[in-house]
Amino acid sequence: MNNYPHNLLSIEKSSALRRGVQIRKAGKRAGEYLDGKFLRSKPPLLPSLSEFDTVRHFTNLSRLNFCLDTHFYPLGSCTMKYNPKAYDVLSGLDGFTSLHPYCPEDCAQGTLSLIYGLEEQLKQITGLAAFTLQPAAGAHGEFTGALIARAYHKDRKDFGRSEIVIPDTAHGTNPATAAMAGCKVVNIKSGPDGRVDLEELKKVLNPKTALVMLTIPNTVGLFEKDIKEIARLTHEAGALLYMDGANLNALIGLVKPADMGVDIMHINLHKTIATPHGGGGPGAGAVGVCGRLADFLPVPRVIYNGKKYKLETKSKKSIGKVKSFYGNMSVLIRAYCYLRQFDGATLKEVARGAVLNANYVRVKLAKYFPAYFDEVCMHECVLTIDKGVLPNAKTIDVAKMLLDMGFHAPTIYFPLIVPEAIMVEPTETENKQTLDKFISAMTSIFLEAGTNPEALHEAPKNCPVKRIDEVSAAREPNLRW
Amino acid sequence: MFISNTEKEKQEMLEAIGVKSIEDLFKDIDKSLLAENINLPAALTEGELAAEIKKKAALNKGLINFAGAGIYEHFIPAAVNAISSRGEFLTAYTPYQAEASQGTLQAIYEYQSCICALFDMDVSNASHYDGATALAEACGAAARIKNKNKILLSSALNPEYKQVLDTYFKAGEALKFEKAPLKEGVIDQAALKELLASGEYAAFVLSNPNFYGCLEEAQAISDIVHSAGALLIAQVNPISLGVLQTPGSYGADFAVAEGQCLGNAMNFGGPTLGIFTCKKEYVRYVPGRICGMAKDAAGKRAFVLTLQAREQHIRRERASSNICSNQALCALNAAVYLTLMGPLGMREVAEANIENAHILKDMLCSDGKYKLKFAGPFFNEFVLECPIPAAKIIKAAAKKGFLAGYDLGRVDKNLKNCLLICATETKTRKELEDFASFMRGI
Repeated sequence: MNNYPHNLLSIEKSSALRRGVQIRKAGKRAGEYLDGKFLRSKPPLLPSLSEFDTVRHFTNLSRLNFCLDTHFYPLGSCTMKYNPKAYDVLSGLDGFTSLHPYCPEDCAQGTLSLIYGLEEQLKQITGLAAFTLQPAAGAHGEFTGALIARAYHKDRKDFGRSEIVIPDTAHGTNPATAAMAGCKVVNIKSGPDGRVDLEELKKVLNPKTALVMLTIPNTVGLFEKDIKEIARLTHEAGALLYMDGANLNALIGLVKPADMGVDIMHINLHKTIATPHGGGGPGAGAVGVCGRLADFLPVPRVIYNGKKYKLETKSKKSIGKVKSFYGNMSVLIRAYCYLRQFDGATLKEVARGAVLNANYVRVKLAKYFPAYFDEVCMHECVLTIDKGVLPNAKTIDVAKMLLDMGFHAPTIYFPLIVPEAIMVEPTETENKQTLDKFISAMTSIFLEAGTNPEALHEAPKNCPVKRIDEVSAAREPNLRW
Repeated sequence: MFISNTEKEKQEMLEAIGVKSIEDLFKDIDKSLLAENINLPAALTEGELAAEIKKKAALNKGLINFAGAGIYEHFIPAAVNAISSRGEFLTAYTPYQAEASQGTLQAIYEYQSCICALFDMDVSNASHYDGATALAEACGAAARIKNKNKILLSSALNPEYKQVLDTYFKAGEALKFEKAPLKEGVIDQAALKELLASGEYAAFVLSNPNFYGCLEEAQAISDIVHSAGALLIAQVNPISLGVLQTPGSYGADFAVAEGQCLGNAMNFGGPTLGIFTCKKEYVRYVPGRICGMAKDAAGKRAFVLTLQAREQHIRRERASSNICSNQALCALNAAVYLTLMGPLGMREVAEANIENAHILKDMLCSDGKYKLKFAGPFFNEFVLECPIPAAKIIKAAAKKGFLAGYDLGRVDKNLKNCLLICATETKTRKELEDFASFMRGI
């Protein structure tokens, strides 16, 4: 037995009529106001716990988690950097949290000024002309961007553009987004150096191409050396260039995406801009566009007339709304705060620090888990298992061993073009001592994989649970009590 | 800021890499692309930043709130934020490494269970962006199930939701939306029956309570929809389900909701919580994450994300949605809230909403100056017909410290004198009286 708390469900700890919160009771029952046919026939099967029971239950659950505050999270493409605590406090100020979205603009000047301010910061960083902060996540931003591209082409009376070109290294969200936007996905194979193959690109660009979607740096952690030529070819074909900003941490403060020829991009504020992931959300996927696309952004837009901030709801060309209201405010306020703590010179150090850390890990692990593309990387390195040396080792086992050794696993089996991929993104907020410990853990896993590969299959042993039978979980799904 | 390595350590690392300077690591980037310093104002220290942000928060003016229209002010027990602000939840990643994420996973499983119990539905996902986007996904799923591209909407659907639906499906021209008319603020059942008789619609979207606060004859509507061979998508208010009939009880195939009301602050409209539920036969059409209970290698109970073959990282362009996240922290807030409330608390909070709204309605309609626009039953919101434009009332009320409601003239010129007013359990008797007296004085 380990020392982790037992994982009974809240409902299993429940005792009828125990209660966790007192509400001032109504004088009359619902049936005295409403006809019985409108009422539910039996109470819901919710737990009945005291406040103390509830706090203890969920606090004990929290102890079963790895998190950034407790563990190193070298998750490639996820940019698990430190989430500064001040921003949690500041975004939680009552003046922000208790604001109703339909309050008069005069009563929301503080919040509106922060939305405007964050848009201005992002415009400076990217060189793009305008932003929307409405999308709730990266994938939601991609969708917004794809809709903007379609609306733009349609507005030019160029009706046939319904294809989106996506390299085989792309995140799964890119093709799924294209499909949601009603577009045909055109996949292109990467070249032998892991980058876009210009010849392949030329072959697929045609008068139907709406958008070329690229992650820069790409998901194997490499910068697209030919980005200017890619942009030129894309524009020459009448298409737009979309940058998936999931990996912006490698470039922030150093390269403005607009200078590369990017027309539309999203920025995962929960990655590069240091807002917490929350166990899966909420995030925010701010979308920026070049000048000729600004009119197509979702409404409402926040505008400033020199005295007051206002919500502009009318825009003839706008794609509309991708969610209710204006965006995930508590995330946006944190992002504003983060960027307010940098100037032009210090912001560069973010990208420089991230790239330095990734290359350090890459070089130190080269003998054990070599980089699939053996060259200088950007903010992340994609390692692999040399099957000539470790014929029986599997990436999944390496990942689970790392959990036992107190490290969150890297992103694994992605990108799809790299066999046994181990994608490591240390971020700039980790120090050398932590990286050295990680390197030494990976080294010892390498040695064990050579001498005792069976032991790896049994990992994890020190986590709250052992390896989980995912196949039977999917075959006979148990999704609720 | 927040960069941990010292200059000495950076130097050691550069030496280990075998390069002279950090610039050498950026040799792939064309020199012409390396920008000058980004033009940002002078950086602030934490102390300076706190002062600036507090000043901004103070620029927002708090009002005694009688607006709902999709976002509702409810009491949030302190334990909710105390739990969700723990770093173990707040700074964790998506629970892909299940063995290291049992806390988040079990919390999601409990969230799904609580939501299914409250809604009387079979399956809930791990949550969606918000109510409107959850509805969009349900419409997409219904269209795929029925292989039809038309969806009929209640004319009393929240206009923000309608805008989102239009945006989601306009580009691909994948779905067409049409509206079923109302009679006295609720669905005109005869007209609904007639429209559905064409057999062209994949689904009907019922909003209940609807945007005007009115309760719908959900069972009768469900019967009409199902006998026409269409699916029923219900969009509901979760707090109301403490006492109101559930979408499961009247046979909804999908039920979606804005779950902000369950332990999440209004936050100017975000982040909120998209609740997505369905009957079990449609589980493969569910977008996004679902958590399941499973067993580990030792046979012990464990939790894991499951049915992932629907999702984008596996299926890519054939996925049920592109969603790659959930509103995990908002869902956690909802799970903690529902656990604290229990069945009894949920009934009591719903009853307190009904009572406050009805008391306020009586106060406002006592002297004939204001009229209830629609006579039917309501939950915590109702439409008040005023002698002057609602926009004017809202402006005057803000000066007196009230948010008087939602101006229906924003979406329908014919309703410019109509105010959608909400009174939740948070309103004291005195606040109701003060507001009513302000309204009488206008």
